[in-house]
Amino acid sequence: MIKDFFLRGLGAGAVAGLLAGLFGFLVGEPFIDQAIAIEEAAAGAGHSHADELVSRGGQAFGLFLATTLYGLVIGGLFALAYAFVRGRFGPANEQALAVTLAAGGFLAVVLVPFLKYPGNPPAVGDPDTIGQRTVLYLVMLAIGLLALGAAAVIHRRFGWVAAVPAFLVIVGVAYAVLPGVQEVPPEFPAVLLWNFRVSSLGLQAVLWGVLGSVFALLSARQRVRV
Amino acid sequence: MSQMSSSPVIPVRTLLPWSAAVPVLLIVAYLVTMDSAGVLASAGDFLHELMHDGRHLLGVPCH
Repeated sequence: MIKDFFLRGLGAGAVAGLLAGLFGFLVGEPFIDQAIAIEEAAAGAGHSHADELVSRGGQAFGLFLATTLYGLVIGGLFALAYAFVRGRFGPANEQALAVTLAAGGFLAVVLVPFLKYPGNPPAVGDPDTIGQRTVLYLVMLAIGLLALGAAAVIHRRFGWVAAVPAFLVIVGVAYAVLPGVQEVPPEFPAVLLWNFRVSSLGLQAVLWGVLGSVFALLSARQRVRV
Repeated sequence: MSQMSSSPVIPVRTLLPWSAAVPVLLIVAYLVTMDSAGVLASAGDFLHELMHDGRHLLGVPCH
């Protein structure tokens, strides 16, 4: 049974990752190219993209590789989380549970960290603070998961009226307490930054949306066959 | 729609062996999303550069 869930998660994750890669290729890549042009115009400082260890074409291929591997990882973790929450939390209907869990995952793993520490295009970000920023990002992600878990437990006993405020309070306190990161150079185009970040959020929305839907679809098929 | 008891709970005891998959998945996630230089030496640099655009668009902290 868990093996079925796991394979279903990996399959749904691979499809989700590929489609997220396609979204990134079509929507996000132009903004990365624009940011790299700015980075190269500024020249010198930091991590250069002109050193050609991997060509820009190679990096476009690498985008699909990265999103597909990421999709597989998320799909596998999603499947194990699904096996745990099934019958314990959330809707009793299997498909509704898959979609709900994907929405919760997107909320906790993507949206909560994104609103505090959004991703940056090339030419933004100080290489010297990468370690610190990575830790803050992971802490925020962990708090997102904690808030989701707390909300699920509270929801089961007290309903949405208590679960939603609990989630917001936990996340809100973390936002207030954790330090902000502001490394966008003043001359970096605001519109490009906005477009890049929206496309980054869009890629994640595609990934989690497709993951939940395909997982739900496979659950339905399997049930019909049995 | 909401017929309860349609999904029997899987006991934690049954789930536990599958938690072994978690570190494996997290290592893959690490290679994709984090600064991998140093983990696989030059292969790490190559992977890091190869998946550069993906990392930016996935929204994880980057250089």
